[in-house]
Amino acid sequence: MRITELFQRDEFVLTAEVGPPKGVELDHLIKDAHEYLKTRVHALNVTDNQSSVMRTGSLATCKVLKDEGLLPIFQITCRDRNRIALQSDVLSAALLGIENLLLLTGDYTTLGDHPQAKPVFDLDSVSLIHAVKRLEEGFDLAGNAVDGAPPKFAKGAVVSPCSDSVDVQLAKMEAKVKAGCEYFQTQGVYEPEKFIKFMEQAKQFGVPVQLGLIIPKNVGMCRYMNANVAGVHVPDDMIEELKADKEKTKAGDTGVEICARLIRECKDYCQGVHIMSLGWENRIPEILDMAGIAPIAK
Amino acid sequence: MLITQLKSKESIESLAVGKVVIINCHGCKEVYFPEHQADELQKELSDNKEVIQIITTDYICNPDNLKLQLKKHMDKINLADTILVFSCGVGIQTVAAQFEDKKVYSCCDTYQLPGFQGVTPLNVDCGQCGECYLNGTGGICPITACSKSLINGQCGGAKNGMCEVDKDMECGWERIYRKLEKLNKLDNMKYDAPKVRNFGNSKPE
Repeated sequence: MRITELFQRDEFVLTAEVGPPKGVELDHLIKDAHEYLKTRVHALNVTDNQSSVMRTGSLATCKVLKDEGLLPIFQITCRDRNRIALQSDVLSAALLGIENLLLLTGDYTTLGDHPQAKPVFDLDSVSLIHAVKRLEEGFDLAGNAVDGAPPKFAKGAVVSPCSDSVDVQLAKMEAKVKAGCEYFQTQGVYEPEKFIKFMEQAKQFGVPVQLGLIIPKNVGMCRYMNANVAGVHVPDDMIEELKADKEKTKAGDTGVEICARLIRECKDYCQGVHIMSLGWENRIPEILDMAGIAPIAK
Repeated sequence: MLITQLKSKESIESLAVGKVVIINCHGCKEVYFPEHQADELQKELSDNKEVIQIITTDYICNPDNLKLQLKKHMDKINLADTILVFSCGVGIQTVAAQFEDKKVYSCCDTYQLPGFQGVTPLNVDCGQCGECYLNGTGGICPITACSKSLINGQCGGAKNGMCEVDKDMECGWERIYRKLEKLNKLDNMKYDAPKVRNFGNSKPE
């Protein structure tokens, strides 16, 4: 199923991110997905060598999750593949019955564990969306016809509502919509007022947006993100809040409460939530319970 | 060695809006410049458009030299709506940086040839991509000012205006956006169709 169908039915679309390991033991990932995510989110994003760290591939992991009865979203970045490989992988996804895509430019190679690697960026997020749309129309980027019935996907992309240059982000968002993007997931949001203001401007594009959340595990993580992660800003009072209750923070409860609160404050302004739990998949049910979001009817 | 090739006559004509000043750079021996063709084209342009000055000079890639060379033409340049530059990509960027408030357009595409390259001692660089983007980006090169050489806008990697790859480098697309904002040309960001780079273009025809 394409998650665009859920948006069309006015469902509040819930997704969570899972990262394949560096290795082929997926048992842990599959167990967590069944235990914590299956009845709580509609679909699972599978990251593509997230943060430029080499891992098992997104497409293969998507196929494994699909076989487990879960709905995967294939994340594709332009960092490691040229247009030939990208289009080929998109067709491969169709072959394997993977219908949901999240199309990204990708982090630069030097940020990861293989800084010696050649950065590709033959296409970028906008031209990759365009390439997928062309395949859906029955043609590749070079204009050659695709044999047989063309594939059909839900084409998603990302945007940073709390970026310090949100106007530049909105311009890129518009370019993505024009290229064929059908839904957006956002970078982690900690400032509801900025998000709501962003949504007021973004609604003109008429494309559904899922609020992105990164569970703030502790003060150190927040400080790290403030210094290093683009588009993410944890305000001082939130850091104080995490600091104040040391016992709770240790257990991660304050971070869970913050996420639930962010959902409650933002949910009337967006069309879903995307949770990046970074290994804390087990906390997602609590967050959704606290935010008043019931398990999904399968 | 670099080779500059004129953009099409139609595209150059469409750039020549209002009062036009033309700057030719014949400086670098390492850059092949299509002098004769440029001359012909500029004559035709002068017949159809309001060309108020044609300046032929050298080494415009050096900002101090550029300033000096243009000194005696400043009365005309101040009147100009558009500055058309016939040079390699570095020269155009230097002119664009010098005249922040003017529309500075490139009339050439710059290709590369293996071997010795022109001496370009500056903080601007030309990627010799063969399809000069400077006319849509306020004279700031997305190929060299963006670490990922993106041509459809900013990635999500900039923090406080700085690039994710090099924290001492400003985000090229934020620079482009701010420059277009200043020139009242933000419409350039509203693409009708996504740009797809042609890597087959990096050699001259």
